[in-house]
Amino acid sequence: MEAYLDNSATTRCRREVIELMVRVMGEDYGNPSSLHNKGLEAEKYIRQAKASIAKTLKVKDKEIVFTSGGTESDNLAIIGSAMANKRAGMHLITTRIEHAAVLEPMKFLEDQGFEVSYLGVDKYGHIDLEELDRTIRDDTILVSVMHTNNEIGAIEPLKEIGELLVSKSHKILFFVDGVQGYGKEAIYPKRAGIDMMSVSGHKILGPKGVGFLYIDEKVKIKPVIFGGGQQKGLRSGTENVAGIAGLGLAAELSYKDLDEKREYLFKLKKKLIDNLKDMEAVAAINGIKEPFDEMDNIKETAAHILSVSFKDIRAEVLLHALEERGIYVSSGSACASNKPALSATLKAIGLNKELLDRTIRFSFSSENTDEEIEYTVAALKELLPYLGRFVRK
Amino acid sequence: MKYTAFLIKYAEIAIKGKNRYLFEDALINQIKYALKRSEGDFSVSKTQGRIYIECLTDYDYDELVGNLSRVFGITGICPVVHVEDRGFEELSKDVLKYIDEVYPDKAQSFKVHARRARKNYPMDSQEINAELGARILDAYPEMKVDVHNPDIMLNIEIRERIYIYSITEKGPGGMPVGTNGKGMLLLSGGIDSPVAGYMISKRGVKIDAVYFHAPPYTSERAKQKVVDLARIISRYSGPIYLHIVNFTDIQLYIYEKCPHDELTIIMRRYMMRIAEDIAKKTDCLGLITGESIGQVASQTMQSLAVTNEVCTLPVYRPLIGMDKQEIVEISEKIGSFETSILPYEDCCTIFVAKHPVTKPNLKVIKRSEERLCERIEELYKTALETEELMVVKWD
Repeated sequence: MEAYLDNSATTRCRREVIELMVRVMGEDYGNPSSLHNKGLEAEKYIRQAKASIAKTLKVKDKEIVFTSGGTESDNLAIIGSAMANKRAGMHLITTRIEHAAVLEPMKFLEDQGFEVSYLGVDKYGHIDLEELDRTIRDDTILVSVMHTNNEIGAIEPLKEIGELLVSKSHKILFFVDGVQGYGKEAIYPKRAGIDMMSVSGHKILGPKGVGFLYIDEKVKIKPVIFGGGQQKGLRSGTENVAGIAGLGLAAELSYKDLDEKREYLFKLKKKLIDNLKDMEAVAAINGIKEPFDEMDNIKETAAHILSVSFKDIRAEVLLHALEERGIYVSSGSACASNKPALSATLKAIGLNKELLDRTIRFSFSSENTDEEIEYTVAALKELLPYLGRFVRK
Repeated sequence: MKYTAFLIKYAEIAIKGKNRYLFEDALINQIKYALKRSEGDFSVSKTQGRIYIECLTDYDYDELVGNLSRVFGITGICPVVHVEDRGFEELSKDVLKYIDEVYPDKAQSFKVHARRARKNYPMDSQEINAELGARILDAYPEMKVDVHNPDIMLNIEIRERIYIYSITEKGPGGMPVGTNGKGMLLLSGGIDSPVAGYMISKRGVKIDAVYFHAPPYTSERAKQKVVDLARIISRYSGPIYLHIVNFTDIQLYIYEKCPHDELTIIMRRYMMRIAEDIAKKTDCLGLITGESIGQVASQTMQSLAVTNEVCTLPVYRPLIGMDKQEIVEISEKIGSFETSILPYEDCCTIFVAKHPVTKPNLKVIKRSEERLCERIEELYKTALETEELMVVKWD
């Protein structure tokens, strides 16, 4: 049996998405910029994808820009808007638990003379709105907060952040890294005051190498990639038509029967929690209010991500032991004795230092089954007592 | 300059007496192996104690010289220009053209060194040297003659055709692989063992290797890293049979039964035993390790003695007297360093005691090993039976 529980790393592409992409690559392979019919056909796929995506967000078609994925979208949003608005100020705000694709562009901007403030989070991974309020200055131009944290599944109070930003006397752009949130729950940028949001195709049962950035039409932004002027000059380069078509379809399908799928994922997550919570070797279930197995508490977190810390067992060892049984999960850090790369998110939520390299992330998709969870639980029941016997002395 | 042939120089094998032809043939084989991996067609010939590679088609100079510079036994690779014998006047024009193209900077000293393999050439070597020297000085007044220590040693060889060469690209030296038997390298993902394999291979020894992996404590990536390292060595040594032995159960058993501070030393004794068993089965004449005295606890003189005690085959440790920095330099030179420092641990720290014994006592260690008597034989047998064999070669 195989249980792929690493869906926050990437997902398997849906069959119907693959078929659509094969058709685009093999038959409707035109360059959307070409004047002839082949070009027109290709352009239709892009328009179709744009319309499908815009519908899921309740935004305008023209507010969608296609990119090569989450990282490029984050870079475009942060660097592009900072560069376009620097006359209004050079202060940016983000959190300590963002993905590297947000933090690294921030660092780049710091080198360019911008100032960046990093917000802390509580033990559930939530930022403090009062701290945000205190951090905002007259020269703050951008606030960047992720929708769902990729490591612990914390969901940030975006609506409240949006309201706070709107209440300020000057315009502050609100960018949301939506890579882990989009397709998992309904997000309506216009209602939450979100000006920009990044999304990646391969996290929603779509293809890798493609994503999009939602940009409110009022936002001033500059490109970060220059060339032939495609996508109104904001993102030059011949469009990845097959990828975009696949992304559009994957987006549409991810919002079909969304509530049922969410309920299903929550049930899977609760099932795993119910089984884990009493295991001797489990040291912590991260980011969920106690009692962990209370559905209301679970529902305050992402349906598809569960972070668990274990006593005495290196995450990487457990990961490889599970791998031998066909169970795929993710560990926060690699088992490097000399220079452990420990997770900034786990540190930020104040996780016990000893557990930083003993934490495993399980992440689900609607393709996972009850049996897979049972299989995983059985494997853990067998492995944990055994692996726990071997600790460094 | 378009070179049409290469003269291969070799030193040590020229003095091997009656076995000389064996060494030369082995070298030619290795050269052919390197040529097969280079773009273009070539022919290799051995004449009068020299090996010539003739380029029959276009080729990539850097690729070809790079490939040849990994053939042990070669000390120098001289790119040669061939010209037809159309009389001395034409020859001197050819030589002037050669110098002009190869040495844009003329402010250098030179010496002409002619050899007449074809004795019916109308001038003798001394005359050729003097006359060509004079013409070069006339044409390029900035150049100077220096017969003792010239910047440019211009070789002119009169054969059916005339060969002009003056450049020597350094070869790796050593002996052609396959002329000195076969050894079993204990290969890990670290910096040292690939260098040890390279050094022994340089002495003409064919290399096989054994790697111990311990899933889930070591990952597939760590194993892939070792395969990659074997591939880098195989660029010098030729194809390597890599034996991959699953060591997890033995390691865990030792962990449970033996004192923690002796884990590493007992583990290493079992690794040596297994390596020797495989070595004997595959006709290897010795074991090769990357150990260096004092580098870590398991490589003190005492530890090495205790580890060595389980072996009957000789254990070759070419790095034994080298400092880490010296080893790193070689690993950078042979191209294994970058792979060696990739961050996939191949020895999970669980099995490394915080304070391992540095002066193990053989009697004590043997007594500890007695605690393993119940299951070790069975685990040992399983480890040998389940080994995975891979042929790793440079493609």
